[in-house]
Amino acid sequence: MLDRKDKNRSGPSFNRRNFLKGSGAAVAATALATSQELAAAQNNNISKITSAEPTTITLNVNGKDYDVTVEPRVTLLEVLRDDLNFTGCKEVDDRGADGADTVLVDGKATLAGSRLAIECVGKTINTVESLRNGDQVDPVVSGFVKHDAMQCGFCTPGFVMATRAFLNEHPKASLEEIRHGLGGNICRCGTYAGITACAMELAQKGGA
Amino acid sequence: MAELSVAWGPREENKLIGTDVPRMEGVEKATGHAKYSADINTKGTAYCKLLTCKTGHARIAKLDVEEAKKVKGVLAVHVLQDVGDELFYDGQIIAAVAAERPDYAADGIRAIKLELEPLAHFVDEDDLKAAEALDAEHTEIVDDEKVVKEESAKLGHMVRVKPLADDKNGDVDAAVANAKAVHKGYYGIATISHMCLEPHGSHCEWTGDDSLLVHLSTQNVSGTAGQFAEPLGLDAANVEIVCNYIGGGFGSKFAAGEWGLACAELAKEIKRPVKLMLDRATELKSAGIRPSGFVEVTIAADEEGRITAWDSHHWGSSGLNGGTISPGVMPYVFTFENLNRRASGLVTNTGPQQAWRAPNHPQACAISQTAIADLADKLAMDSYDVFMKNLDQTPRADVYAEEMKIGAKLIDWKAKWHPSGADNGPVKQGLGMALHTWGGRSHAATCLLRVHPDGTVESIAGSQDIGTGTRTAIAIVVAETFGLPLSSVKVTIGSSKYPRSGPSGGSTTIGGVSGPNRRAAISALGKIFDLVAAKHNVDAGTLTAKDGKILSGGNEVCSWKQACGLIGAMPLEVMGEGPADDGLTSDGVGGVQMADVSVDTETGKVRINKFVAVQDCGLIVDLMTAKSQVYGAMIMGIAFALSEERIMDNKTGRYINTDLETYKLPRIGDIGELVVEMYQPDSEYARGVIGLGEPPVIAPGAAISNAVANALGVRVPVLPLTPQRVLEALKGGAA
Repeated sequence: MLDRKDKNRSGPSFNRRNFLKGSGAAVAATALATSQELAAAQNNNISKITSAEPTTITLNVNGKDYDVTVEPRVTLLEVLRDDLNFTGCKEVDDRGADGADTVLVDGKATLAGSRLAIECVGKTINTVESLRNGDQVDPVVSGFVKHDAMQCGFCTPGFVMATRAFLNEHPKASLEEIRHGLGGNICRCGTYAGITACAMELAQKGGA
Repeated sequence: MAELSVAWGPREENKLIGTDVPRMEGVEKATGHAKYSADINTKGTAYCKLLTCKTGHARIAKLDVEEAKKVKGVLAVHVLQDVGDELFYDGQIIAAVAAERPDYAADGIRAIKLELEPLAHFVDEDDLKAAEALDAEHTEIVDDEKVVKEESAKLGHMVRVKPLADDKNGDVDAAVANAKAVHKGYYGIATISHMCLEPHGSHCEWTGDDSLLVHLSTQNVSGTAGQFAEPLGLDAANVEIVCNYIGGGFGSKFAAGEWGLACAELAKEIKRPVKLMLDRATELKSAGIRPSGFVEVTIAADEEGRITAWDSHHWGSSGLNGGTISPGVMPYVFTFENLNRRASGLVTNTGPQQAWRAPNHPQACAISQTAIADLADKLAMDSYDVFMKNLDQTPRADVYAEEMKIGAKLIDWKAKWHPSGADNGPVKQGLGMALHTWGGRSHAATCLLRVHPDGTVESIAGSQDIGTGTRTAIAIVVAETFGLPLSSVKVTIGSSKYPRSGPSGGSTTIGGVSGPNRRAAISALGKIFDLVAAKHNVDAGTLTAKDGKILSGGNEVCSWKQACGLIGAMPLEVMGEGPADDGLTSDGVGGVQMADVSVDTETGKVRINKFVAVQDCGLIVDLMTAKSQVYGAMIMGIAFALSEERIMDNKTGRYINTDLETYKLPRIGDIGELVVEMYQPDSEYARGVIGLGEPPVIAPGAAISNAVANALGVRVPVLPLTPQRVLEALKGGAA
């Protein structure tokens, strides 16, 4: 075998190789997670979380008031998708790392999955569905279509909303500002070239 | 009857084919009106959460779901693995809970009592020596077969190393002995997950006691009804699969999946629609991975830079079945006269592999064309010249040569190139390149083409648009054939009740839909010409359809609409079939990619300055969506080249970076300047339609790694080239 000292894994706790330099018994011992460790891992499932009674709240979405009856722990994303059927905002991850759940709350880009529904009472919520009115669409939408800034399309509504919010605040953004400002969203198909072209074109026109 | 040739028309006469046509469903997608399976919310829909295994290998000692059933809002619990069952990997599904709301389902999961008896696991897929050590201790040879010793089996040990190939051609030893330069290297590429943004899953609704409607996130609309029907005891004819939009598949969504069946079972039990989409962690752990590969290579060349010998042993893992990169694609694209190759598959306690965009090719390219660039360094030659000198040892020498020249011009290779490590730094620039190939033949498919008496046209097929622009391509082919604007063609796909189409895998769909639609449209056009000829007393053989008119010798006979009015009261229907040996489609493409990178030697951070792809794919139906495929592939390639990997914890056997914070994908600012050049001389147009989705995702790993090695003068052996790996390579290389 070649000397493989260069090789490494980038995560934490990759020390198995050191264990393997020891005896076969060490191999067996480290290969087994202990039952206590396992129990601890699985016990995450059994911690007591009690649900609070649902209450009825009113949310203003796309200019219309909706009454929904939900528990305090329910996110805005869940209400928009499951109760009100505004499924343009997508659930990809619950860590706020992907931006697919981007909506506007009082005009600011907000991750609907990281906001409780009850926090949004009295606020103005706009989802991506509001960017189309009959045949009329927001310039960000037509820009995404023109530059083919989408493939599977699952991240697209979130990216459209992030772009809309970003251009509202930075109507004459530079390329570098766009690359930074739209960094909160993730696309798996790889549509960043089209999104950048779309945002640049709109920024050159003053962010329409 | 008018005899019309199905052959594609002269290129210069095309109005739509080969032009930039934005996708038809663009507004639907961009405004959130496109409904994915994850978005189906029919009245009464219940939601699911999953209980999964939290260790690498275990046996279920206790499982009690009774408390869970009593939790507020919980409607049913479906057990997939019960007491005594063995769980083979982190993320394996044990049970699903259906409830009124997702939070109640999560409450239900927490109320399940589960005890696991731990068993031995192995997840260290890059460590062949460790796997061999385990086999030495825990296996014995019985009747020429490696089997686990009885005592070891009780502890959960398994056979960990499977020999997969040991091929020898020519005389490698002699060639190495006579070579001008010999390079020995180690290379690797980590496992990645498909990471579909819409997870695997479905919405199931029983439309009767024995009939089921499934909104399935699938690349295989026509092929999955039976996968639900058989295990559920239904007639396949009573299952309808619907998928209007799919949020990413990349090769991982061809099956119903155990989660799909669980969803259908739960829906039956509670007599309500049920939606079960995998949570993000389970999606990454269980719904599909691309196997890893690690290799030790010896490669040799003569003084001209002609490669004379290759010897490799690669290993890696695809999970429990112990596969790795297919030996057949090593070394990648090149076939050398003296060639030894060996492969070993490691059995790891990790989730199952699924086909990942160009199966085997990206990994094989990354661990073999890197060795070629390092050999060029040994020869003190420009890697471009070494690739060029050896193109006759590939199947597509002429196309590669042309594409390399175009790519070199676009990236300014000859002006920018310097010997590896020659840049002063601390931020060092470098260039790298790689080649790829793919088949892309048409799958078997049919379509129903319907021309209405009012002149509108419908194309209907049980196909799917996985983001490639399939709907738009169908409309382009039909509209071009009829001489109509795109808007007069309605494309309906996405149900298993429509005419059968192939699954979207292997870049087979564009040919799969183009052929049948062209054939059906030509056949329909012939019938319409006959009607026009009879009515207007002209020779059908002189008729053409253009700009919404029927012409004879260039003069308008009637409008398209008037011609269709001759059809009668009922629409004209024609079935299109494929593939056929009529020149409309073919297979086999090349492609060259070149990367210009900067590496910060103090932080280890790699930045893409410019990344060029030159790609051939025969006749291009829609230039815009074709280029999008290449852009997307390059970005997906940057992901696995620089940041994306599955990280396993050896101690617990768990996949630890299962969210988008820690599973690192590039963002919009991480991709540099991308240049896509479609190689499309008339000779390519003449080849007909060939698939494109897969090939451009193959070369990025090797091209970027070669650029980093050229910058640093040191090879960072394992992809992705994270800052940590770069810094460690620099430490080792500087000594």
